[in-house]
Amino acid sequence: MLRLDINGREQEVDADPDTPLLWVLRDTLGLTGTKYGCGIAQCGACTVHLDGAAVRSCSVPAGAVAARKIVTIEGLSAEGNHPVQKAWLEVEVPQCGYCQVGMMMAAAALLKQKPKPSDGDIDDAITNICRCGTYTRIREAIHLAATKA
Amino acid sequence: MTLLANGTISRRLFLVSSAVAGGGLMLGVGIPDGARAAGDSEGAAVGAKVNNWIIIQPDNTIIVRIARSEMGQGSFTALPMLVCEELECDWSKVKGEYASATDNLDNSFGSMSTGGSRAIRDSQEMLRKAGASAREMLLAAAAQKWGVPRAELTAANSVITHIPTGRTMTYGEIAAAAAKLAPPTEVKLKDPSEWKLVGKAQARFDTADKVMAKPVYGIDVRVPGMLYATIAQCPVFGGKLERYDEAKIKMMPGVRQVVPMSDAVAVVGDSYWQARQALAALPITWDEGANAKLDDAAIQEMLRGGLAAADAAVAANEGDTKAALSKAAKVVEAEYSAPFLAHATMEPMNCTAHVMPDKVEVWAPSQNAQATLAEAAKAAGVDPKKVEVHITMLGGGFGRRGAFQDFVRQAVTIAKAVDKPVKLLWSREEDMHHDFYRPVSMAKFTAGLDASGMPIAWQTRVAGQSILAAVRPNEVKNGLDKNFLEGLAEIPYAFPNRFVDYAMRNTPVPVGFWRSVNNSQNAFYKESFLDEVAIAGGQDPYELRRKLLQDRPKQLAVLEAAAKQAGWGTPPPAGVFRGIAYHDSYGSLVCEVAEVSVSDRNYIKVHRIVCAVDPGYVVNPDTVVTQIEGAIVYGLTAALYDKITIKNGRVEQSNFDDYPMLRLRSMPKIEVVQVPSGGFWGGIGEVGLPPVAPAVCNAIFAATGKRIRSLPLKDHGFTAV
Repeated sequence: MLRLDINGREQEVDADPDTPLLWVLRDTLGLTGTKYGCGIAQCGACTVHLDGAAVRSCSVPAGAVAARKIVTIEGLSAEGNHPVQKAWLEVEVPQCGYCQVGMMMAAAALLKQKPKPSDGDIDDAITNICRCGTYTRIREAIHLAATKA
Repeated sequence: MTLLANGTISRRLFLVSSAVAGGGLMLGVGIPDGARAAGDSEGAAVGAKVNNWIIIQPDNTIIVRIARSEMGQGSFTALPMLVCEELECDWSKVKGEYASATDNLDNSFGSMSTGGSRAIRDSQEMLRKAGASAREMLLAAAAQKWGVPRAELTAANSVITHIPTGRTMTYGEIAAAAAKLAPPTEVKLKDPSEWKLVGKAQARFDTADKVMAKPVYGIDVRVPGMLYATIAQCPVFGGKLERYDEAKIKMMPGVRQVVPMSDAVAVVGDSYWQARQALAALPITWDEGANAKLDDAAIQEMLRGGLAAADAAVAANEGDTKAALSKAAKVVEAEYSAPFLAHATMEPMNCTAHVMPDKVEVWAPSQNAQATLAEAAKAAGVDPKKVEVHITMLGGGFGRRGAFQDFVRQAVTIAKAVDKPVKLLWSREEDMHHDFYRPVSMAKFTAGLDASGMPIAWQTRVAGQSILAAVRPNEVKNGLDKNFLEGLAEIPYAFPNRFVDYAMRNTPVPVGFWRSVNNSQNAFYKESFLDEVAIAGGQDPYELRRKLLQDRPKQLAVLEAAAKQAGWGTPPPAGVFRGIAYHDSYGSLVCEVAEVSVSDRNYIKVHRIVCAVDPGYVVNPDTVVTQIEGAIVYGLTAALYDKITIKNGRVEQSNFDDYPMLRLRSMPKIEVVQVPSGGFWGGIGEVGLPPVAPAVCNAIFAATGKRIRSLPLKDHGFTAV
């Protein structure tokens, strides 16, 4: 049994500690907003917050994060009203939408660290992959979210 | 407008999860209370089914049936726009719902194939007529109820008004009566000048759910009692499963069952991770078969043989190309090639299946619900009427999830063996190793120029692997695959003498439809070589194209629109160079100008891409912008970085570390100029892709004097920044 603090709630989770956090979130807990894309921390579709920082949950063993605060897209805001989500909606960023959860989690972590990020900050922080090519709108939405916080 | 405004959720509305923070998930697939629409299969929306496409609920909610999958290209918004333009309904109360593939066994919804940039252009007339027909039925029913002539009524915003008295009635009030009437035999469609909804940017139906992570993609499907499976397929194409040692993994945690197939083996477990760990530990012996030694060198040699072959299938023969070449003042020759490419959808292949004694249920991110149903019925060995398909949200499609339903066949095969619902999910590596790749091809061009530098002869030989030969061989006529010759057999340029032929050379590597299909290679070849011809003839590449399109006013307008927006002919910023490319595909006309700089260490930066497009009519202008942007990124990614290589009969690339993707840092500024000229319906999902590689490569030539005749650019020492 693992004890995990997910979205502000501590809970017992029946999973092998070597299981990547991604699969504990998705399969054990049913938090399927966090996506699988590559399994090798390349694409960022699985991005969650660990003590406020963006991490790629496919490459983090669940047993290693027992004492840490984990936030997933389901816990980012109650009603989809995080500034990043509001900006994503306003700019109509998503196409297929599959990578966008990871994008929004990466963007939310960036804005926490740098409330008014430059284009260079965005280039450095948002290294996730989008196959639909929504990058222009992602950049636009991050700048917009910076005005909403 | 929301997708799930009133909380009633039909099974064919987008599957939406109700995951709550902290855990717990339930699929939003509850069957609504109350009577379902007459004549509809189980689970369909409640309300009056006015016709196949339109259900009107008493509260004036309008549900529009959609036969084409939503994979990010906006079909769930643009297709209802076409219906509602004629229906004269309140757009803020419209929702989309998938048509059922089972209901469509009689083809009453037409094709459900979502590819070839066809969703709008192939169904627009049927959908507009459905809207107009339903409107007339509602008006006729209102006229009957009031006992007044139809001519005294008008409809707008889901409200019918009796003009002489000012009485009103809503669609919701009269829909049940209207549904009982016979549809009119003929309806008149609006002139495009009368459109109020079509052509105006509408917010997409799916965005609000997507920013909340609510949509259920195939990978997210959870049904009660479900098990998880993952699969290893023979890494060598055409190879078979020889044996495996189940005993070695039987004691591993969560392992339920091993399911062998002729060319694959799947492990079923209590979770994906457990199944995956067990599969990795499973000793498997493959019979690698005849292709175990296949490699790129052999494939390249075969294609070169195609370029040199005496025999080839003639695709175009205008004038006397041979004679014109012999008297040309100058002859230009070049060979081009393009590699295999993977689709690499962000969501790896997956499917969930439940095989029950009297029914088969399948949840799949599929570009073609009909094909999914047919494959599931075949794999389960049941009558297609016994199959129910749920199309989930798709994490990208790009042609991988339509004609090829291998993931459905496998999921149903596994579910049949385990007697429980099973979700099959491929690893990214499996997805990369078992795609239906964009085919390899090569082209040899010969052009004859007159003394003024104008091309008087244009000869093209292409060689390479035919998709149709594998998937629809009856469409291959006299050795010609029309897809392979897209953009080459027919060409907008006025060349007085032109000869094009094709030497089909098929490899054991499975090939398929990759966003824009052969247009992607052919535009690279044709537009790069035309640039060579312009340079050889001492002409500006844009001015040469203008001359060649003189008799094609629509094409010329697109070319000029792109050049104008890009500032062709004016000096670009210091160190920046421009390239231009023009290519028609899927009924639309497209020109792109790229602005590129190349450092002395061969770092390449694509600063800006201007795209002018004439799709005839525009339905949702914002979707046109995003589809062009997406297609440019897809094409630019391939041009910069990617190729699939074959060694020992298998694909060498495995994941995004060795098959890289363009990322935000390298995203160019994209400017889309929409110049819809009317009179035709072109596609939009793919058409932005073909010109991007040649526009960029022509700009690289302008910058460096180096002509790029094969892709990706990485192979030529260029590093994208």
